[in-house]
Amino acid sequence: MPVLFYISSAIAIIATIMVITRYEPIHALLYLVVSFMAVSMIFLSVGAPFVAVLEVILYAGAIIVLFIFVVMMLNLGSVTAVQEKQWLKPKVWVGPSVLTLLLLVELIILLFRGSNTDMSMPPVEVKRVSLTLYREYIIAVELAGFLLMAGVVGAAHIGKHTKKHLHRFLQEEKPTIADLPDNRSEIPIEKDKKELAEPVV
Amino acid sequence: MTVMQHIWIVLGVLFVLLNIAAGLIWVERRMLALWQDRLGPNRAGPFGILIVLADTLKLFFKEDWIPPFADKWIFITAPAIVVGTVLLSFVIIPFAPNIVVADLNIGLLFFLAMSSLAVYSIVLGGWASNNKYALLGGMRGASQMIAYEVFMGLSLMGVVMLTGSFKLSDIVAAQKDMWFCIKQPVGLVVFFIAGIAETHRLPFDIPESESELVAGYHSEYSGMKFGMFFIGEYLGITLISAMTTTIFFGGWLGPFLPPWLWFFIKTFAFIMFFILLRASLPRPRYDQLMEYGWKLLLPLVLLNLLITGAIALWIRG
Repeated sequence: MPVLFYISSAIAIIATIMVITRYEPIHALLYLVVSFMAVSMIFLSVGAPFVAVLEVILYAGAIIVLFIFVVMMLNLGSVTAVQEKQWLKPKVWVGPSVLTLLLLVELIILLFRGSNTDMSMPPVEVKRVSLTLYREYIIAVELAGFLLMAGVVGAAHIGKHTKKHLHRFLQEEKPTIADLPDNRSEIPIEKDKKELAEPVV
Repeated sequence: MTVMQHIWIVLGVLFVLLNIAAGLIWVERRMLALWQDRLGPNRAGPFGILIVLADTLKLFFKEDWIPPFADKWIFITAPAIVVGTVLLSFVIIPFAPNIVVADLNIGLLFFLAMSSLAVYSIVLGGWASNNKYALLGGMRGASQMIAYEVFMGLSLMGVVMLTGSFKLSDIVAAQKDMWFCIKQPVGLVVFFIAGIAETHRLPFDIPESESELVAGYHSEYSGMKFGMFFIGEYLGITLISAMTTTIFFGGWLGPFLPPWLWFFIKTFAFIMFFILLRASLPRPRYDQLMEYGWKLLLPLVLLNLLITGAIALWIRG
């Protein structure tokens, strides 16, 4: 239905503009969620329900939640909003905006002139997508898998910290300098900061 | 189905759900009292059932206080999100052969999408309150729900493989000979555990753990806004119970009794199980919950997927 398509496209565009112009990071992210949902609605209206639902599950439901999580941890408050306000001067945004507007004009000209203005595309089956992925593009999929694995290993390495028992009876015995009777006074008293920090998720 | 019939079904489902959610307040207190050898609410009305009315009245007449330091609009929207998304999830559940609001062919995915949007209510509620306990609760809620969403989705994929469809009425119809709880025991267990974590019920109520975080993400809420979180939790229990019934325990299928009654009985059994869990289990620590999820449930559910896929391929030839 073209009406639904145009309504959701309008919502997507407005929400995305709001994302850019908000000073408070969380408000911007919330508009981003709305934008993703509008895009999902666009997919639904052109006959791709699977992609539409995936858009909500992955982007709106998982990735933006992670963004919000990070913003919450950084505790960006009103100070950042003031800073943003100072950054967002005409000098900064006029250049990119003019260039983007030129692209928009080109797009509109193409839309009015070209013959392929048909909005309704034939829906692509999930099965066909997966068969293409795992037959012709299998190397690309495998490479992406390697990349993700490297990311996981890296994150695990960064997040790793040795387990330390707070009670002295549970501590593992290590033959260190501290065991020698003469160096008793020089035992380095470690303030274990890692123990105090939040466990990395 | 005519339009009028459809509207009646929508209104009926909404009416029954809201009443169940309110009634669960009483049921839960009475059952907890029974299992913990106490009396429970027994003053207002027969067996204290009017406590529901008293509680609702109290919530309505409390001062609806928005703290001046809170982010006003997000603070107001947050409680509505949880009730809205959970109620939307009920759209796809077939209560009986013809009683379903919308039998989508992406039904299961729709359920997962809605449950992943429900996270926002906790996160935003915790953030907008501008209070350290609420923020801690919100952060715990975000990581807990994102993590357990993964296992929830993966645990259902075994059933989808065996059925070959995301449509819930197809899944129920595929259980005519044998329920999926026998074919997919690992999927059932992981789904139910993930369901508890998604509804952040005890023992996984880490976002609101009152003994350490006051009340977690809804510390600053009062009146009917708190009531929305409260009702949202009970609706969430009902949703997970109804989904478990539909996907693993044959939905409306059963001998002698009418289909809707079978659905109701099975769902209610799971709601009781939820309450029993609350009555009997202590709360794990936050890092224990995460470790349990990523180190035990994830490999388990992946293994389940692998074996299910292999067997399904082998049977089909």
